[in-house]
Amino acid sequence: MLTIENLSAEIDGKTILNGLTLSVGAGEVHAIMGPNGSGKSTLSYVLAGRAGYEVTGGSVTFMGKDLLAMAPHERAAAGVFLGLQYPVEIPGVSNLLFLRTALNAQRSSRGEAEATGAEFMKAAKVAAADMNLDFEMMKRSVNQGFSGGEKKRNEMIQMALLAPKLAILDETDSGLDIDALRVVSDGINRMRSPDRATLLITHYQRLLDHVQPDRVHVLMGGRIVRSGGPELALQLEAEGYAGIAAEAGLSNIMDAAA
Amino acid sequence: MTALPTLLPTRRDEAWRYADLKTLGAIWPARQQQVRSLAGAALTLDDRITGNGWTDERIEISVGEGGSLTGTIEQAMDADGVTTQLYAITLAAGARADLTLINSGGRYGRLALDISLHEGATLDLGGAIVGGSDQTLEIVTHVRHLGPNATSRQTVRAVLGGTAVGSYLGQVAVARAAQKTDAEQSFKALLLDRGATANAKPELEIFADDVKCAHGASVGELDKLALFYFESRGIPPKQAEALLAQAFVDDAITRLPEGDARAALLARLASLVSAR
Ligand SMILES: Nc1ncnc2c1ncn2[C@@H]1O[C@H](COP(=O)(O)OP(=O)(O)OP(=O)(O)O)[C@@H](O)[C@H]1O
Ligand SMILES: [Mg+2]
Repeated sequence: MLTIENLSAEIDGKTILNGLTLSVGAGEVHAIMGPNGSGKSTLSYVLAGRAGYEVTGGSVTFMGKDLLAMAPHERAAAGVFLGLQYPVEIPGVSNLLFLRTALNAQRSSRGEAEATGAEFMKAAKVAAADMNLDFEMMKRSVNQGFSGGEKKRNEMIQMALLAPKLAILDETDSGLDIDALRVVSDGINRMRSPDRATLLITHYQRLLDHVQPDRVHVLMGGRIVRSGGPELALQLEAEGYAGIAAEAGLSNIMDAAA
Repeated sequence: MTALPTLLPTRRDEAWRYADLKTLGAIWPARQQQVRSLAGAALTLDDRITGNGWTDERIEISVGEGGSLTGTIEQAMDADGVTTQLYAITLAAGARADLTLINSGGRYGRLALDISLHEGATLDLGGAIVGGSDQTLEIVTHVRHLGPNATSRQTVRAVLGGTAVGSYLGQVAVARAAQKTDAEQSFKALLLDRGATANAKPELEIFADDVKCAHGASVGELDKLALFYFESRGIPPKQAEALLAQAFVDDAITRLPEGDARAALLARLASLVSAR
């Protein structure tokens, strides 16, 4: 579903990704772990097409198409969803208007019929209830005044409604309380299906206790330096990144942060 | 709702086409009409300024004790239109006015308000300036706090494209007797193009000592991160920009009901964004 080959990218002339290769098949859940500043969010932004994240080499193929040639909104319509590490507050635009506009924009760009008001409201209510978020909050401005955990749950509501093919969730588990972690994990598991894939960026094993990954990757020095099964996350939890950094020829963790 | 009377006629008025306007101008103030309200009475204002000529009116409104004035003034002239409107409003003790100004049409549009607040009166004013090409649009207010405990809130938002100039000139005068005045002015402008200009000039003239007068002004561009967030959800760039521009004026139009004026304003914002 997603094939990243030898991807390099820079921000403001500073190289952050440096020959990253990663492949995620349909139906799979992959976790990406790595020290602070190693480029995990950068990878997610490059995949979503954020301006300023300049690709200097390599390729990304998504469902047979050149992802990097597409505009951000086209990537979304093609099925890419990015749950942001820091969701953006947008005063003056309600969550419902935002979501309905997004859903219908995606649908019309795919040549599908737009959702009626009633269909949309029904789906939005279900999605909010699934994330344990009071529906009244959906009438408020996007993320404005939301707590950290509420923002993350709001990202999940958006994901559930937009039903992407590939969900990239950048630390969606950070800032969640114990119950919310379970609710969010359930949401991710519900999305699992043979024709969907998920890329989980996380620092913690506790998310992976709820959402069993097929593969775990370690991102350091701008590339994937180690991949393994779920046991790799347990090993990292126990040992930290130092050993892997040394093996990868990165003299210390500070170098590992590109 | 009938429009308030034109006080000094102009050449647009068929009946006055051949009159000596200069002479008339000198005597006309004697004929100034006022709309008066009884105490507790509710006045509504629904002015929609259209056409392609010059609209030049002085409108005097007097709201009685404890009364209210609610309404909208929408300047939506055609491309060559010129507007120089002055609304002179007096709020008696305990009266309140909730007004929304939309200044978006014509070549030159000036909406001026001269508002006097007596004891305990309240003014809540929202203003939206939306212009493109080479339009010049101004909201000019002179708020006079004459008695104690009066409150005035002015929230003006401008979205400007092309080489348009949008200005908010807000003068607040607090008389010696107007203790416990609470006056607030907020102006924010969003510039869509490099050639667009926003001017803000708050002016405070305070003669009482126990007052709260706050003012803030800012000028900015569309938030790139917000645009990315919208696009990452599948919303095309122009549509995302239109939504953000519409959201930007939101604070200024909270009193504007759903209806034609609101719809026209939002459509104008969308076309301003997509014209670029
Ligand atoms: N605008 C920028 N200019 C220069 N460097 C930047 C810019 N934005 C990000 N960086 C740098 O890029 C590197 C990677 O950042 P990124 O946010 O991708 O890390 P991360 O792996 O997601 O970290 P975390 O675990 O803390 O979320 C960091 O060193 C960061 O300081
Ligand atoms: Mg990050």
